[in-house]
Amino acid sequence: MVNYDGKAALYGVSFCVPVGTRVAVIGPNGAGKSTLFKALAGLLPLRSGNISIHGFPPGHHEDCVAYIPQREEVDWQFPVTVAEVVTMGRYGRVGWLRRPGKQDKTIVARAIEQLGISDLAHRPIGSLSGGQQQRVFLARALVQEPHILLMDEPFTGVDISTQETMFALFDQLHKVQVTVLVSTHDLKLAAANFDQVLLLNHHLIAYGPSEQVLTSEHLMEAFGGQVLLLDGAVVVDKAAHKCKSYEE
Amino acid sequence: MIDWLFVPLSYSFMQRGLMASLMVGVLCAVVGCYVVLRSMAFLGDAMAHAILPGVAIAYLLKGNLFFGALVAAVIVALSIGFFTRQGTIKEDTAIGVLFAAALASGVALISTVKTYAMDLTHILFGNVLGVSSTDLFLTAGVGLGVLITIFLLYKEFLIVSFDPLFAATLRLPVETLRTLMLVLLALTIVVSLQTVGVGLVTAMLVTPGATAYLLSKRLSTMMVISAAVGAISSISGLYLSFYINVASGAAVVLIATGIFVLAYLFAPPKGMIWKFVQRTSS
Repeated sequence: MVNYDGKAALYGVSFCVPVGTRVAVIGPNGAGKSTLFKALAGLLPLRSGNISIHGFPPGHHEDCVAYIPQREEVDWQFPVTVAEVVTMGRYGRVGWLRRPGKQDKTIVARAIEQLGISDLAHRPIGSLSGGQQQRVFLARALVQEPHILLMDEPFTGVDISTQETMFALFDQLHKVQVTVLVSTHDLKLAAANFDQVLLLNHHLIAYGPSEQVLTSEHLMEAFGGQVLLLDGAVVVDKAAHKCKSYEE
Repeated sequence: MIDWLFVPLSYSFMQRGLMASLMVGVLCAVVGCYVVLRSMAFLGDAMAHAILPGVAIAYLLKGNLFFGALVAAVIVALSIGFFTRQGTIKEDTAIGVLFAAALASGVALISTVKTYAMDLTHILFGNVLGVSSTDLFLTAGVGLGVLITIFLLYKEFLIVSFDPLFAATLRLPVETLRTLMLVLLALTIVVSLQTVGVGLVTAMLVTPGATAYLLSKRLSTMMVISAAVGAISSISGLYLSFYINVASGAAVVLIATGIFVLAYLFAPPKGMIWKFVQRTSS
């Protein structure tokens, strides 16, 4: 159970993610998705219950969890370049009073190339588009060499090609046994690109493969009045013009 | 022809004054980069005012003003850190309350002394031409200490300023680093009092940093440019005050402000005129 301003933001959340699984965390706004991620990253204290990562509590392993928060949480006007931001991912390993070495620079350069932002490396981050910013933060998470990657709402305000880069990357991480948890409210993306889906609204509603989790009863429970059931298709909180693809 | 450059240097008070304002100008400018980036201008101002009671008590006890200010500054830095950590009242409200109270008690204490108006003027606006050799050594020592700390903790301070949440996931001691930053700020303000005084130290912290912000895309570049702006305005301000006989602190601040306005108008790519030209040509 996680506390937020005296109220429990999350309760009755109990699940187990096998190593290397790609999990989509779904729920309406304010359902506690960000809270769950912050708790997993060891940024919020638990009131009750426990989280175990490789058998350790969160915050135990220094570089085991990489967390990418929503983009609004960073000062985009800060004078810092893309390469500098990505290098920050190495700081946990570099240690106090030392500067990043040759090996760190190689790892940083590789991650920058992998995400296709080499030509932006010396640009200030404030000059990038939403998708490019998301790539920068993904590169920073990669150079941390995490075992678990947490991404909060990475698909919001991001172009299709960046989304595709992300899914390709998730596939690669899946192959090297890195666990990936991504929050989204896009049910279609979640169903198509992830091994498991976790449906959340202050408590855990369902967890498992998408066809078992994304049923109409579960969605009604999670989204309440926001959900619209059409013949066999489910539309949640979507602008009207985006609904077409679901109706086909 | 260049006599005007050397004439002031024949006075030992001017030599010491130039040394002091050069050191303070550079120190304030470098520390000021964090003040600008973390929007701590109000906090710096508050801290400068809150030092006043420390100075006043030291003055009444005939002790060292510098140490009085130092003790007060560190207490203020730690208590601001403490108050904002609780989160029960908003940060700027807490600072506002603290700083008004400290200023009032400082003025109250000093007003018990006969030469009140004169002494208060020196504390509020500085008296760079009255700098002693001891003051100079203290300024150099403390200033060097602050700059070395900033150099050694460059990457930690960069992360904590830019992305505190990420710093926390790297298990950096975010609160401790933040408080250390406040203490460095407090030390900087204390050594600046003699030169620019309580009233103008905020300008020395913020103006060069704001100028450099317009001209740089990296924190390290920003610090170098900021230091240059601080140094240039300190020295030319002092010359200006020597020749046209205006208060030295005020002259320094006005020159720094002039440089800022130039950067604001002309700096590529953030300057107003630059933006205007780009808009009309496209």
